[in-house]
Amino acid sequence: MVEKHTSDIGFSEAPVRVSEWRRFRRVFFERKLVTFGLGVLVLLVIAAFFAPLLAPYDPYELGDAGESLLQPSGEHLMGTDILGRDTLSRLIYGARTALMVGFISVTVAGIIGIPLGIIAGYFGGVLNMVIMRAMDALMCFPMLLLALFLAAVLKEYFSGIWVVIIALSVAIIPGYARVTHGLTLSIKENDYIMAQRAMGSSNSRVMFRHILPNAFPPLIVLVTMQLGALILAEAGLSFLGIGIDPPGAAWGAMVWDGYRYLANNPVLWLAPGIAIALVVFAFNIVGDGLRDALDPRLRGLL
Amino acid sequence: MAELLKVENLKTQFNTEGGVVKAVDGISYHIDEQEIIGLVGESGCGKSVSQLSVMQLISTPGEIVGGEVIFEGQDLLKYKAHGSEMRSIRGAKIAIIFQEPMTSLNPVLTINQQLTEMLELHLKMSKKAARERAIELLSMVGIPSAKSRIDDYPHQFSGGMRQRVMIAMALSCSPKIIIADEPTTAVDVTTQAQLLELMKDMVERFKTSLVIVTHNLGVVARYAQRIYIMYAGRIVEEGTTKDIFGKPRHPYTIGLLKCIPRLDEEEGRKLVPIEGLPPNLINMPPTCAFLPRCSYKVGRCFQESWPPLKHLHGQHYISCYANTEERTSEPAAR
Amino acid sequence: MSPQQDDAILDVKDLKMYFPVTRGILRRKVADVKAVDGVTFTLKRGETLGLVGESGCGKTTTGRCVLRLYQPTAGQILFEGEDISSLSESKMRHIRSNMALIFQDPYSSLDPRQSAGSIVGEPLKIHNWVGSQSEYKDRVEQLFRLVSLDPSMIDRFPHEFSGGQRQRIGVARALACEPSLIICDEPISALDVSIQAQIINLLEELQEGIKGLTYLFIAHDLSVVRHISDRVAVMYLGRIVEITKSRTLYENPLHPYTKALLSAVPIADPFVEEKRERIILKGEVPTPLNPPSGCSFHPRCFMAVPECSQVIPPLRNVGDGHQVACIRV
Repeated sequence: MVEKHTSDIGFSEAPVRVSEWRRFRRVFFERKLVTFGLGVLVLLVIAAFFAPLLAPYDPYELGDAGESLLQPSGEHLMGTDILGRDTLSRLIYGARTALMVGFISVTVAGIIGIPLGIIAGYFGGVLNMVIMRAMDALMCFPMLLLALFLAAVLKEYFSGIWVVIIALSVAIIPGYARVTHGLTLSIKENDYIMAQRAMGSSNSRVMFRHILPNAFPPLIVLVTMQLGALILAEAGLSFLGIGIDPPGAAWGAMVWDGYRYLANNPVLWLAPGIAIALVVFAFNIVGDGLRDALDPRLRGLL
Repeated sequence: MAELLKVENLKTQFNTEGGVVKAVDGISYHIDEQEIIGLVGESGCGKSVSQLSVMQLISTPGEIVGGEVIFEGQDLLKYKAHGSEMRSIRGAKIAIIFQEPMTSLNPVLTINQQLTEMLELHLKMSKKAARERAIELLSMVGIPSAKSRIDDYPHQFSGGMRQRVMIAMALSCSPKIIIADEPTTAVDVTTQAQLLELMKDMVERFKTSLVIVTHNLGVVARYAQRIYIMYAGRIVEEGTTKDIFGKPRHPYTIGLLKCIPRLDEEEGRKLVPIEGLPPNLINMPPTCAFLPRCSYKVGRCFQESWPPLKHLHGQHYISCYANTEERTSEPAAR
Repeated sequence: MSPQQDDAILDVKDLKMYFPVTRGILRRKVADVKAVDGVTFTLKRGETLGLVGESGCGKTTTGRCVLRLYQPTAGQILFEGEDISSLSESKMRHIRSNMALIFQDPYSSLDPRQSAGSIVGEPLKIHNWVGSQSEYKDRVEQLFRLVSLDPSMIDRFPHEFSGGQRQRIGVARALACEPSLIICDEPISALDVSIQAQIINLLEELQEGIKGLTYLFIAHDLSVVRHISDRVAVMYLGRIVEITKSRTLYENPLHPYTKALLSAVPIADPFVEEKRERIILKGEVPTPLNPPSGCSFHPRCFMAVPECSQVIPPLRNVGDGHQVACIRV
C-alpha cells in the first residue's frame, strides 16, 4: 500500500541520498523480538567461541563416585549427569557442535545448491530439466530420513559429526537450488541481464557477477532460517543416536540422556531442550527481521 | 452552462516517514455541465490524487486535510469516506475510469457480474433487467457480439476491449461526471484514438461531463474545452484550450510546449528542454516550486511565497509573478 | 572509422523471427508466432532510422535480432559488410563491442547492486578496452561528462538517481566502447514529458559530436520518431509497410496504415486539431499467431479491395527512397 502511494505521488523522482545501511538498521531493530533474537544468537556465538573460557568444568571429565546426577547447586549450577559431568559446561560446548554443524552444512549446501539453481534457471532447457528433476527427487525424501540413510551408509568412512554434516548438507541442497532457481528466473527477466548480453558479457559473468548478487538478500534470509532448522535436525539426529561420538557434547544427545531421568533431574533435559528451542526460535525471528529489512520494495525510501 | 462541481482549496497530503508530502496543495477548479476539462501534469504533480480525493478514495497514509468539494449543493468532504452518502455518489453520480485496464477489473468475476452489480445496487434493477442493460451498454461502447461475450472473464478481452468495458461500467448509472484517469496511457495509439472518440461520443450521448487526467498535451488539445495545468500539487495555469495552447503564459506551460516533439513540426526544430527535475514534494520551500527550473524568474519569486492565481482575461489564470507575455509573442511551438 | 559517408553500416535482408508455440510435456511445436516476418532495410552510417509501430508489431524483436540477442529464423544481417546472422556466440561477443542497446525502462535496465560507475565501465572490462586502472577511471569519468552527469556521482547506486539521470547512465554505458551503431529501444517512453526532451537532445548532440554514430531508433510515438530520425520505417504485424524520409512522412504518407497512425496521434495545438482529418480504424491489431492472409492490414483497411486478402504486397520503390507495401498505392 505504501509503495503504491509513493509511486503515485512520485517523489522518488528527485534524488535523495538514503543510506541503505541506516534504513536497514531502522527496519531491522524496529521490532523488539528481533533484537531479542539477535541477542540470543550473539550469546550462542560467544558461548561457542569461548567455550573453554566460559565453561566452569571440563565437559568430558567424569565425576567421582558420588558426583553423578547431582541436583543444581552453587558448585554445579545445572547439576551433573549420570557420569558426573557438569551440565552447564556440556551445554556450552554443545553450542559449539550446534553452530559448527549448522554453519558448515549451510555453507557446503550453499556452495553446491546455489550454482546449480543459477545454472538451471539461467540456461533453462535440458540442463534445467536434469538439475531440477534431480533436486525434486532428493526433495522427495524427508530430511531426517535422508540423513538417517546417509548416516548409515557413511558411518564407516567418517566420524560422527561429519556424517551429520554431510547428511544435512545433502538434505538441504535441493532447498537452495529451488530458491535460487526461482530467483534466477525472475532476475533474468530484468533488462539489465539483457543489457549484459548485449554488451557481450560471458555467461559466467552474467550468472555470478549480476544474478548472484541480486539473489543474495533472499538467500541470506533462507540461510538464517535454515540454520535454525539444521540445529533442530542435528538435535533430532543426535537424539536418535546419530551424530557426535561420545563423549562429545551435543544438545540432542543431552536431551536423550536426560530423558531417562525425566522426573528426578528435570534440568538435565530441560536445559538443552530450552537451548534448542530458544536458538531455533531466535534464528527464525532474525530471519524474519532480515526479510523485512532487506525487502527491495522498501529500498530507496526512508 | 451551469456549474456542476466546484472544488475549493483542496488539500491532500501523505504522511510518510520521510516527512509530509503535500501531494495536492490547495487546488480549486470547477466543471460545468456537459463540459470536457483536462487536468494536465507530469507524474507526481498530484493530478490523480486530486481526483481520488474528490471521490474520497484516499487511504492511509494519505489524508484530505482541507478544502471543499461542492457537488449538487453539498460539500462531499463533509460525508464520511465509508458512509452511505459517499457510496451513493461513487459510481452513480461520479464515476471513474482508471489507467490500468488489467487491474481495475476483477479477474475472477465475469463481465456480467461486474457490470450488473452497479445497476442492481444503485438503480435497484432486477437481475434480468440489469443484464439486458449491461448488454446494451457493451454494444454501445463497441464490443462486438456483446450478448455472447458478456459472460466472459476479463482475461478473455484485449487491453483496448477491457478499457471499453470500463467505459461501459462508468456509464452504467448515467453519472453526472466521469473522471478518466490516464485512460489511454496503457494502450496503443490507434486504440487510444478509438477510445477517446468513443468517450467523446458517449459524453455527448449521456449528457455527462468528463475530466480527462493526462500527461499528454495532445489528447487535451484535441478533446478538452478547458484545461488546468498542474505542477507540484498546485494549478499553475488554467484557461480555455485555445488560451493555453495559443497564448500560454506560465513558464511551465510554455516550457512544456517547447519541449515536446510535434508531428507537424518543421524539419530541424530544436527542442528546448526544461532543465532540472520535478521537485521532491517532501519539505517544500514556501516559494514557487517551479522556481529552480524557471527561465523567467524575477526577484520577487525568491522573496514571496507561491504566487496566487492571477486573472488575465476571460477564463485565463496563471500563478506567476513574472511577466511572461513579451517573451511569448513568438509562437510557442513549431 | 571508415571515411566513406554514404556506406551502409547495417543491411537487413528478409529477416524472419518466428517464436515457436509449444504444448505439452514433449514440447511439441503447434504454431509459430511470426514476430518478424520478412523485414528488409538498410541503415547508412551516421543516419538515424526510426522504427515505429504499435505493440506487437515486431519492432523490438527486430532490434534484438540485429544484436543477435535472438537467433533469427531466417534472413541476413550484414553489419559493416559481414553477415552476422549465423556467427558463433563467441565471435558475436566481439562484434557487440561495436553495437550497443539503450533500453526503455531506466529502472530495470541497470543492475541495482552495481554502482553507476561500474555500470558505465562494464563494457570496458568485458572487452578489455582499457589498459590500466587509471585509464579505466578516466574513461568512465569522461563518459559521465559526455552525458552531462556529474562524475562525483560515480559511486552512487541506481536508486539514488532520477529516471532521466538513470537513462543518461544507460546512454553512457552504450557509448563506452565507441560503438558505431546504437539501437535505442523506446529510450524515452518511460520518462516524464519534461525530461524526454533532455534525452532526445542528448542523443542528437552525441550524434553531431561523434562522427559516424548511427541510431536505430525504435519507438511507438510517431512525433518523437519523426523528430529524431532521418528516415522512418512503419511496421505492422511483423512487416515494414512504409519507409520514407521523416519530412515526407507527415506530408505525404502513402500506406493507409501510416495515414491512420498519423491521424491517431494528437497534436498539442487546438488550432491544428480543428482542421485535421481523423481516421478511426476498425477493430484491433490481430495476433501474430494467426495473421490475416495477404496484406495483414486488409481487415482494418479503409481502402481494401478483395485482392488485398490474396497477395502479400511487396515493399516497392515509389521514388526518392520512398518505399511502400500496398497494392492500392
